[in-house]
Amino acid sequence: MTQILGDFIDLDTGGSSDFLMINFSAASVPLQQRWRNNGLSADFLADYLSTFFPGEDDDSLTRKSEIKDGVNFVTNELLENAMKFNFPEKYPVRLYMELQEDKIMLYVTNCIDPRAIETWKHELNRVLTEDTHELFLEQVMKNDTTNNSDSGLGYLSMINDWNAKLAWKFESIPDDINVQQVTVMVQLPI
Amino acid sequence: MEIKKNDYEIRFDNEINTVFCSGTYRLTGSEYAPISEFLTTIADAKPDSLTVNLTTLKFLNSSGINTLCKFIMCLRKNNVLQVKVIGSNEYAWQKKSLTNLKKLLPSLELEFI
Repeated sequence: MTQILGDFIDLDTGGSSDFLMINFSAASVPLQQRWRNNGLSADFLADYLSTFFPGEDDDSLTRKSEIKDGVNFVTNELLENAMKFNFPEKYPVRLYMELQEDKIMLYVTNCIDPRAIETWKHELNRVLTEDTHELFLEQVMKNDTTNNSDSGLGYLSMINDWNAKLAWKFESIPDDINVQQVTVMVQLPI
Repeated sequence: MEIKKNDYEIRFDNEINTVFCSGTYRLTGSEYAPISEFLTTIADAKPDSLTVNLTTLKFLNSSGINTLCKFIMCLRKNNVLQVKVIGSNEYAWQKKSLTNLKKLLPSLELEFI
């Protein structure tokens, strides 16, 4: 069974755009070590992409810097989430990034515990349908009175600060009924 | 008063009432606890005014944004309203993200150099 939240565009690796795919074997190293890897991967993707935006005038440099920082933040957040919630660890985390004419497409896929899905979907629906600036303030107020280890600000920051469009695809895995696979798609305008 | 690690550093200069945050903050949520404690101690001392210098802050993940927001909320609760945040024009993300702090404390002054 497949469920879509938001305007999900299916991944098409058959085009002629520049793209990168990275597969992370999540069980190979402890989470703490992988956390450092998230940052290295995000830095790499941001550096790699910025080479497609040449030009030395002020406007070009500003644009390049914004794209680089946006990709770095979004990629890092997506990987942190995927690594943190990947369940069970034997399944890999996959990252795909494609440079299109007017946007950058990012997809991150991981598996999750189906027991946590309904609450999560409810939160994602709020992100898709409500005022995200209001939600950001609401979440900050909530975090101020609780000691959640999850800030709940990642997706909201992507949308509010980087004009990102997000969507999610939930799928069953044929060989494992106890697991659901989720792919988050992020469109970053350039 | 300071916390110094390989990737980041936070320091408070009490002579000029200024917090300096520098480097790359990509910690997990719970790893921010010592930094939160550090910042809360500063806010609880209720200085008349405070400057937060972020000009060498390269990267902040969402848990770091949360920590910074909590600090601003703590300053507000302690009635520390003269707060100046100095960011850098060098890092594009700062102009995008730091403006959110003004929503938490409208009297906050935000400057980019």
